[in-house]
Amino acid sequence: MTDRRPGERFESPTAVNAGLREVGYLADEGIAAVVFLADRLGKPVLVEGPAGTGKTQLAKSVADLTEARLIRLQCYEGLDEAKALYEWNYKKQLLRIQAEQVTQEGETWAELEEDIFSEPFLMPRPLLEAIRATEPVVLLIDEVDRVEVETEALLLEVLSDYQVSVPELGTVKAAQIPLVFLTSNNTRELSEALKRRCLFLHLDYPSVERERAIVTTKVAGIHSSLADQVVRTVQLVRALELKKPPSVSETLDWARTLVLLGVSHLDAETARQTLHVLLKHQSDIQRAAKELTTAGT
Amino acid sequence: MSNLSTTATSPPEKILADGLFEVFADFFVELRAAGVPISTTEILDAVEALRYLPLEDREALKLGLAAALVKQEGHWRTFETLFELYFSLRGGALSVLREATNDDVLGDGERLSASELAELALRALMDGGPELMAALARASVERFAGMEPGRPVGGNYYVFKTLRHLQTDVLLERLLRHADEAGGLEALVLANEYRRRLEQLRDEVGTEVNRRLVSERGPREVARAMRRPLPEDVDFMHLGREELAALERAVQPLARKLAVHLARKRRKRNDGRLDFRATMRRSLSSGGAPVDPRFKVRQRSKPELWALADISGSVAAFARFTLQLVYTLSSQFSRARSWAFIDGIDEVTDLLHGATDLPQAVQSINMQADVIWTEGHSDYGHALSELVERWGRELTPRTTVLVLGDARNNYHSVHPWAMAELARRARQVWWLNPEPRSYWDTGDSVLAQYALHCSGVYECRNLRQLRHFVEQLP
Repeated sequence: MTDRRPGERFESPTAVNAGLREVGYLADEGIAAVVFLADRLGKPVLVEGPAGTGKTQLAKSVADLTEARLIRLQCYEGLDEAKALYEWNYKKQLLRIQAEQVTQEGETWAELEEDIFSEPFLMPRPLLEAIRATEPVVLLIDEVDRVEVETEALLLEVLSDYQVSVPELGTVKAAQIPLVFLTSNNTRELSEALKRRCLFLHLDYPSVERERAIVTTKVAGIHSSLADQVVRTVQLVRALELKKPPSVSETLDWARTLVLLGVSHLDAETARQTLHVLLKHQSDIQRAAKELTTAGT
Repeated sequence: MSNLSTTATSPPEKILADGLFEVFADFFVELRAAGVPISTTEILDAVEALRYLPLEDREALKLGLAAALVKQEGHWRTFETLFELYFSLRGGALSVLREATNDDVLGDGERLSASELAELALRALMDGGPELMAALARASVERFAGMEPGRPVGGNYYVFKTLRHLQTDVLLERLLRHADEAGGLEALVLANEYRRRLEQLRDEVGTEVNRRLVSERGPREVARAMRRPLPEDVDFMHLGREELAALERAVQPLARKLAVHLARKRRKRNDGRLDFRATMRRSLSSGGAPVDPRFKVRQRSKPELWALADISGSVAAFARFTLQLVYTLSSQFSRARSWAFIDGIDEVTDLLHGATDLPQAVQSINMQADVIWTEGHSDYGHALSELVERWGRELTPRTTVLVLGDARNNYHSVHPWAMAELARRARQVWWLNPEPRSYWDTGDSVLAQYALHCSGVYECRNLRQLRHFVEQLP
């Protein structure tokens, strides 16, 4: 490891929890403990869980909380070094060489080569950018499960040593250890090497209490009794066997819809009519509607 | 304990000094023994984490350690159980119970009559507060489990005994009746909540029993007795009902992975030939130097998946898993077709697509699929030859065929030509066998004759093997 001291951004897990609450992210004990440790141990956090449970939002909120700049690397299939780490600005390099030919100032090739492989010709991509930043940053590597296993290796040097090796320039070390979040939807098993370097946080659907608090905070003008009904009904729907159980964002959409419709008390009929906001697959909607029909009206 | 309340600067030596480190070391060893893969780096991280975690806050300690040690969601339960064994110190539960009963009848739970306890249970389950639930579990174990030191029985016996005396089925019935009174949507919501809380009570009772066993026998002993295979190592053939439910949840992401995997294969990089025209066009921006070569996009066809599932009695437990896999595949992968067979074979693609969930799919397969030819014992030879005759022409070089079965042919004709024909027309044929490798080709198993034509035959008895299969696909 390096001699750089790990951060002391937060005082305790409780402080993290309170801080996140202030920037509008309702965490639970697990989230707070992991974020706290990530800072103290100087380790990246691998956040895994179903879509729509606030994985990306967590990174954004931590950036807000620490007043850091968020640098985001969106992963996709075919992501390569040039898009993740750095790239040489070849157009500028070519211009430089052509300018050389015109002026004929007798610079040797070695000098020229050294010149075109230097800072001004380097285009940093998110990972290098995060490493070189002098101000506080939070690095978010989003949907890391989308890249191929081989590409994961690109991340390893950054994640364990917080440095990037550029053959022509040498190794760029981080001035400070940034907070790093990786998110995964678990579409494939990540490599052991990657997992070993990270702290692991599984974000599941929230508990009733936490989701109720989220709905009450995020949906303007919702009555607490309606929020309670909405959240508990969502729990019921999640217990069904569905292709895509409703996530927190869908719960929020549903709650907002109900508020807009002026609903003050949720009954089976209203729930059935607005299910399409909560569920995205036709078969899921049918399945849930069937369940709700047994309730009568 | 108080001198251990670590501040951010206190070194782990404090833990070392108090002999607490031994407990942690023991805990790590036991986690490994339980099969959770933990590397040395991760143990070092965990020890480093101990430096910063407030030891008196058990919840934070648990979650912090888990973040460093458990890197797979499926292992969480094993971790939690062991953590509870090693670090279970629960305070304050009894005081809550006293409040709930409004008087002091509950010295130690012993004096509470069975009916009083049942009333209390009802109230705890309706209220659902965690402290009250824990207190209830504690009182019930005290009253009903009849734990005696030195009795050589496992924890499950005590759990079972406690729950039987608590009459959980009667409790559920009363709760559901109460839920029904609410009417409408509320009735459904309540019923769902009560069911979940009853599950929670079962867990709590288990935790309480373990806690008592630990105080008698020590954590290592109890942990060893409780060692159970990880979810991914449980044999499909020996799944209990609860494990089946867990399996369903686990197969879903795997089937999705398989679908994603097959889909990904067709979108890999464009490693086609140099596109000379496009390269020259691009070179104009760099003064004629072809610095940015362009390549032709290689045309890739969409792969298809055919899944053939043996649903006969001999693989009944496996068949449930198979159908789960096939059902999930068909919902994730638009170009998947499926067949079910015993001694006859029938396409069930439409039945699976029409069903909204697995039980309905199984029901419609049982009622509508024509999978029995003569006697209803599996006959691979007949099923495969029928497949080739009726649907063989629809196979293309893009098709991947997945056969799920034990190749126990009941001494019928093997018809290996059918498999050869299948393999000739399709791109590849994979065979997943639910039997241990050592049973293959014994008795009436004719796997070898078919394996000859398959691209690969895999033992697939548990989730780990299934995952391995999915991930090694070329």
